This record gives sequence, C-alpha cells and structure tokens, in this order.
Amino acid sequence: MGLLSKKATCNTHGQDSSYFLGWEEYEKNPYDEIKNPDGIIQMGLAENQLSFDLIESWLAKNPDAANFKREGQSIFRELALFQDYHGLPSFKNAMADFMSENRGNRVSFNPDKLVLTAGATSANETLMFCLADRGDAFLLPTPYYPGFDRDLKWRTGAEIVPIQCTSANGFRITKSALEEAYEQAQKLNLKVKGVLITNPSNPLGTTTTRTELNHLLDFISRKKIHLISDEIYSGTVFTSPGFISVMEVLKDRKLENTDVFDRVHIVYSLSKDLGLPGFRVGVIYSNDDFVVSAATKMSSFGLISSQTQYLLSTLLSDKNFTKNYLEENQIRLKNRHKKLVSGLEAAGIECLKSNAGLFCWVDMRHLLKSNTFEAEIELWKKIVYEVKLNISPGSSCHCNEPGWFRVCFANMSEETLKVALDRLKGFVDGPSSTRRSQIEHQRLKNLRKMKVSNWVFRLSFHDREPEER
Amino acid sequence: MGFPTKNKGAILSRIATNDQHGENSEYFDGWKAYDKDPFHLSRNPHGIIQMGLAENQLCLDLIKDWVKENPKASICTLEGVHQFSDIANFQDYHGLKKFRQAIANFMGKARGGRVTFDPERVVMSGGATGANETIMFCLADPGDVFLIPSPYYAAFDRDLRWRTGVEIIPVPCSSSNNFKLTVEAVDWAYKKAQESNKKVKGLILTNPSNPLGTMLDKDTLTNLVRFVTRKNIHLVVDEIYAATVFAGGDFVSVAEVVNDVDISEVNVDLIHIVYSLSKDMGLPGFRVGIVYSYNDSVVSCARKMSSFGLVSSQTQLMLASMLSDDRFVDNFLMESSRRLGIRHKVFTTGLEKADISCLTSNAGLFAWMDLRHLLRDRNSFESEIELWHIIIDKVKLNVSPGSSFRCTEPGWFRVCFANMDDDTLHVALGRIQDFVSKNNNKIVEQISENDQVIQNNNAKKQNWRQSNLRLSFRRLYEDGLSSPGIMSPHSPLLRA
Repeated sequence: MGLLSKKATCNTHGQDSSYFLGWEEYEKNPYDEIKNPDGIIQMGLAENQLSFDLIESWLAKNPDAANFKREGQSIFRELALFQDYHGLPSFKNAMADFMSENRGNRVSFNPDKLVLTAGATSANETLMFCLADRGDAFLLPTPYYPGFDRDLKWRTGAEIVPIQCTSANGFRITKSALEEAYEQAQKLNLKVKGVLITNPSNPLGTTTTRTELNHLLDFISRKKIHLISDEIYSGTVFTSPGFISVMEVLKDRKLENTDVFDRVHIVYSLSKDLGLPGFRVGVIYSNDDFVVSAATKMSSFGLISSQTQYLLSTLLSDKNFTKNYLEENQIRLKNRHKKLVSGLEAAGIECLKSNAGLFCWVDMRHLLKSNTFEAEIELWKKIVYEVKLNISPGSSCHCNEPGWFRVCFANMSEETLKVALDRLKGFVDGPSSTRRSQIEHQRLKNLRKMKVSNWVFRLSFHDREPEER
Repeated sequence: MGFPTKNKGAILSRIATNDQHGENSEYFDGWKAYDKDPFHLSRNPHGIIQMGLAENQLCLDLIKDWVKENPKASICTLEGVHQFSDIANFQDYHGLKKFRQAIANFMGKARGGRVTFDPERVVMSGGATGANETIMFCLADPGDVFLIPSPYYAAFDRDLRWRTGVEIIPVPCSSSNNFKLTVEAVDWAYKKAQESNKKVKGLILTNPSNPLGTMLDKDTLTNLVRFVTRKNIHLVVDEIYAATVFAGGDFVSVAEVVNDVDISEVNVDLIHIVYSLSKDMGLPGFRVGIVYSYNDSVVSCARKMSSFGLVSSQTQLMLASMLSDDRFVDNFLMESSRRLGIRHKVFTTGLEKADISCLTSNAGLFAWMDLRHLLRDRNSFESEIELWHIIIDKVKLNVSPGSSFRCTEPGWFRVCFANMDDDTLHVALGRIQDFVSKNNNKIVEQISENDQVIQNNNAKKQNWRQSNLRLSFRRLYEDGLSSPGIMSPHSPLLRA
C-alpha cells in the first residue's frame, strides 16, 4: 500500500509544468537593477505593483486601522478572537460595495450572499467542491490560467475539458466551441457540471463581450449547468470596451427569477485589483443560498485573518479612496500597457488587442522554427535562459496554437520594463545589437524585417543538435 | 422546461448536500440558546454563560501591549509602512522565512526547550482546521481509515472526513482507567478495522487532549510511536494545546519521542504534527495553522496545498516579529501557564463545593466534568441530553455534552473556563452551587423515596446528596422540561 495518498504522489498540482519551471529559473537568478543587472526579469507574474503608494498614503492618514482601533477604542481582543466564518460584517459590506463600484454600480451585491475565502485560489476550489463530484467536469475556454489545473482538479477530483478558442476570431468563445466541448466531455464519459470563465481573461487581457456572455447564459440554461465567472481582474480594465459582468447581463435580460440565476456564481479577490495577494482575500458570490451556505461552512478551511479583514474594511469603506484608487490605477495600467505594446512593436512583435489585465497576449508565432509546441518551448527556453526574461508559454495555458506567450507588465518598475524590452529587441534583431546605436538598429531592422526568423534560427541554433522531429 | 427549481441534489455536489459538515447536530443547540440570550455582566446578568467555547482569553492583554509597543511589526503604522508593498505582495507559499523561524522557535519554547524544530518543515495552513484537513489529503485516499481515540473534538468529523472522504474509527477510552489511551486499545481497534477489510492509514491523537485536558505519558507515546512504525501507519499528533499546560504538568511532545527513541524503532516518515496559535496564544482570528512533518514528501505536498489557506502576510509579519522576541515569549508562556493554573484551580474547587468532580487534568482550556450521578438513567444518552438541556435552560450555562465528543459513557460534560473574565466565572460557579444546594434543601423530606441501597457510612452522605440530586432532576424531567430540542433515541448522536 502506498505510504502517501494518491494526491500527494500525483502531479495534478501542476507544478512540474513549464509555467513553474520558468519561476524556478528566476528564483536562481533574479534581476536586480543594481545587484544583478544580468539576472532574469520576471514577466511571468501577474501582479499589480503600480499603485501601492495610494494605499500607503491612505494608511498614513488613517492610524486607527493600523492600531486595531475603531473610533479610538481598541478592538484588538475582539479581532484576535473573531473566527466566525460569516466574516466581519463591516468587511463584507465594504466588499459588496466595492464590487458594485467596479461595475459602475450597474449591479449591486448583497453582503449576505458573499462568502470570504483565503484568496481566489481557495474560492475556486471551494466552488468545485460545492458544484462537482469527483469525476465531474467543468468546461473552460482556452487559453486559461495554469493554476486552474491545481485549483479546480487536484483535491476535488474534478476534470477540466477545454473549450477551444483560436486566434482566427481573437480567441472569442463561440457557440460551436461550447457545443464541441460538451460533446467531447460526453465522449470521455464525463458529466458536465458547468462552465468557468475568467472575465477579464487571463491570459488574454480581454473583457468578455456581451455576445459571448449571452451565448454562455443560453448554453448553461439549455444544459442546466452552472456558470462560474472569475472576475478577479474586473478592476484592471483600463480602456474601452468596458467591463460587463455576467451579473449585469442577467439583470438586463431580466433573468433574476429564473433557474439560471441560481446557477451563476462569481469569484473575486483583491490580489489583482488592489495588488494585495499576500493578504489572501477571496470571495465567492452566489445567488443560490444553498451554495452560499455550503461554501460558508467550507470556508473554515481557509478563513481570512481577522486583522486583515479589519484593515480592508476600513480601507474599502472610504469611498473617496476607492473612487480615486480605481481611476488612478486604471490610468497607470493603461500607460504601462501602452509601453509594453509599443516596445514589442518596435521589435516587430504584435499582441492581441486587449483592454484589461496585468499582461499582454503576445504573438511570437513568426519566431518559431516550426508551427509546433516543441518549437514554442525551444523559443521559450531561449527567452528564459538567453534573453533572461521569464514569460509564460501559451502551452502552459493550454492554448491550442503554438507561438503565443503571456508577458506581464505591472509587476516591475518602468526602468525594468525598458530593460526587458531592450533585451527582447536585441534578441529579435540579433545577439550583438544591444551594443548598436538606435539609428543603426532601426535601419537594420527595416532591412531585416522579412528575414528575422531565418537569421534568428541560424544564429541561435548553430550550436544545437539538429531537430529530429 | 420541466426542470425543478430546487432540486439541489442533482445540481450540487454530494459533498455540498450531505450532512458531513456536522452542523445539524444537537451540539449546536446550546450555542443557539446562547446566541439568543448571551450573558453580560451588566447588560444581561441572567443570560446564558458560554462555557462551550474552548478559547483562551487570559493573556490577550500581554499580546495587545506588545503590539502597541512594537509599531514596526505592523505594515500600517508610520514606523512599519515602508514594508507595506513587499508584504502585501508576498504570497509565496513557503511563507516569510522570519515567520517560519519564529514559529519553530515558539514551538520549541512551548515544549520547554526540550526539542527544537526545523523552520524548513514549518508549513502554513488555514488554522488547525485547515492543517488537519490538509494532512488527511496528503496521507489518505477516500475510503481510507484513520483511528482516533474518543472522546474527541467534535469538529474532527468535518475536518478529517468531509471533503477528503476519509473515514474515522474511534478507539473508545473509558472512565475505568481515567480515559487513558493504551496501545492495546489502539491495537484492538486496528485489528477490528482490518477484519472488516478497511485500509487503516494512521492514527490521529490530540495531545494534550480535547476534551479531556489530560496528556499522554512518555511511555505510552513512545509505545505508540513504536506501534505505528511496526504497522507502517502514520501518526498525526495535534498539539494545538501544547502551551496550555499548567502546574504539575509535563507535556511530552511526539517530537521529543522522535528524538529520544532508537532510530531502529521509529520511522520518522510516519510522524506528523499539527499546530496552531489559536489556543496557546488565544489568536483564533488570525488563522495560523501549521503542518509540521518529518516526511519530506509530506512537507512538499502540504506546502503546495497550503495555497488553499495561506496565513495573511500581514499576520505573518506581525507574528514573525512577536515570536522572535524571546523576552516576550518566555514571559508569555510562563504567565499564561500561571493564569491557566489559577483559573483551573478556582473552577475545579468551586465545582467540588457542589460535589461535582472532574477528571484530573493539567492542560487545556476546559475541565471534563463528571455528572453521571445526576443522570436519570446512568446508561442512557437520552438522559445525558435531558440533563444538558436542564443545564442550559435552568442553570443557564452552555456546556458540551460528552456524546457530542463521541464519548461512550453518558454523563460527562466538557466545561470551558478560560474564555471569560474572573467575575463571569464566579457567577457561573455561583449558579451551579445555588442550583445544587437549592435542590438539596427542597427534597430533604423525600429522602425515603425511591433510591438505591446506601452501602456504607462513609459513602452515606455522598450517596444521599447524589441521590437527592438525581431525584430533583427526575422531578424536573417529570415536570415536562423536555424542550423541543430533546434528542430522540434515533438521534445520530447515539450512533457511537
């Protein structure tokens, strides 16, 4: 008999995937402007580091939050003992309001239908435990966040069946893709319990369109299954088209009193919008009281520290702060996004047009030796080990077309981003170009634009063994 | 469309719709009563006093003072805000190094410095609740069995089984030997499980025990370590009450046994500790659970799983600082032990005055109270629940009936004493004493009525009192005290 459980010995946690290997390389040789300027720059981490100063200055003006005080009175004891899985009421109220604000107040959220969890990681797993039995399946549009393989499947025993999306239509979810995924699940003898989307999308950085949301609602209604909308990036939408939550569509279509309403659930978190992943703040919002009840009980396995609940309840209750923060954060993200996109363009690299998120979905298909995932991984390794950028290969996100990469832009300083872009340009143009002048560089680039891929392969692969595939 | 709106069974998972979370149990009746009528010294002096909550409120002042004097440990104060962005951004499931070191340091000190812990083996979890579930996910598959001595903490039914699918089989302990766990009893349960073709993956203990407040002696613990090694099954020891040991107590952690036992007799890959700051420090709100394993694969697996319940980095930072402060820790442990000892003594002495005895114990935040002499029928759990409802409704105390801990003998109750101030404790004791003496006086004429044989003169007074108490309770039963909550013989609580 095996000493440990099957879970302990399998690799469904996904940590052997390439997504994490890049991280490991980064850990061994992390970039530092001064101490390690040749190190690997982390561009695989979807963090939002752009707006901490806004929170820090709020803290400077609000000492009560810092000192476990409410209106001057110490509430330390109260917080130290508070482990009620219903959560701190003032915090849930503040979260419900904040979520509303993020949706332009076009929908409102009832704090009683909110369940607090230790991060979106826990929220997604908990919803799986509530909605799916072992062996049941959820359909997910590709490409999707690699962590879902662990969060949705590992301990729950649930399965993921992909809804294939392609660059042919900007990776939009189509009716036929939904049907095909459902049929595929049936062929595999898997009972489909629902669909999970991330809106705005990780890794695409796009918001889901109203058309797609309508298709999804029609689909889950027909099939009598659930829809989970992970809206963790809802506050990172920096330009048009704006963010449309599935809750809005339900409201617009007057579906509040129908079956389908109870089968739509939202996951949210403060890890991306506010850049506070360390605080482990996740939320499940469900219109179904039964799900709220079951998820609340399960939240015992991952409650939010009362100290953190309290701090955030005061922060988010300050409407001046939240309004200002959301606006300023979006401006900064928009600027940063622009810098990355134009920097990539200068290297002859395009991205999927996006309006949200902390990353771009970058098209490097023209840099592949062949239209295969092996070539993608080869290119990726070059970028990690030689260009010294940790970016995420599309295959780790289950993309069905080789050559796409997710590149993050909000987890570093502007200077670091510039260094990264210079390196990338240097890689694309040739190994010694970092020492060329900008003009010369541009001239050569114009000449070489058509032959970039050939030259890259000639120079980069000269010391490698010939591919056997 | 013909689709039934509320057919939850078809739409939701089995886990979501079964009862394995245990929250429908009668255990919660006392809580519900308390919630409706909670005691407050000035605002509601006749309300129900909560004695069913194993919290440690005795030393929060020490912690609060430390927090006030150490603003740098907070990321929100002027002195500490420079750390804000790094900390707010930090979600590495290894946890802050300083935090792990501080926890390892604290764990060692809580065991009198007799053993040291390796920070590299400290893995975070969402409280001990999360830690216990996680260790099950690491060690057992659905359908596998873990043995557990009873009486045990009621929520284990949820924490160990609900989402994991693991089965737990009790190893019943009885008053005949003061509820001591023996290797023989474990072996017997193990054999029985095997005979039913069950796959036993391990044994889980809480040491010091909840609800007993007793500790395993070194010999027994050593023999248990040898036993699991021989059988190649795991040993999980939940040491959440490690630092709640008071006067006269000598806590032996399984870590000490691992150190002292001959290497040939212990397979350390089988030994795991669950810990938390919720009881020792009284900080359940901060959700600090720890999985500590001597098995590298388990450490690795548990660490990956900790993503589902990491400790807030804000909290990690504060505690890293606090628990690295040796002066604070040493003083805290000493003072906490002292205050708990006093509280325990006051409480048990007060109970003695009402002729109520408790199991001898030197740890925990509660006493294991013997009320068998007050049962209408000593062999009936129904009686226990009736008595329990009388205690809630008449004496106005929420205590926990032994059956909720799967105790196999009716009449035992867990009573918590560290979750209230001194005044409240005195009120509680007063109520118990009043109730007992009032009922004695009332029925002094009815001594001749239907009672058992009085054996000898020494026992005479004792028995007389006890029998009268039983009589008084009988009358209360007959007065139709049964509340709607009274348990039927078909209640799940009688399963054990």
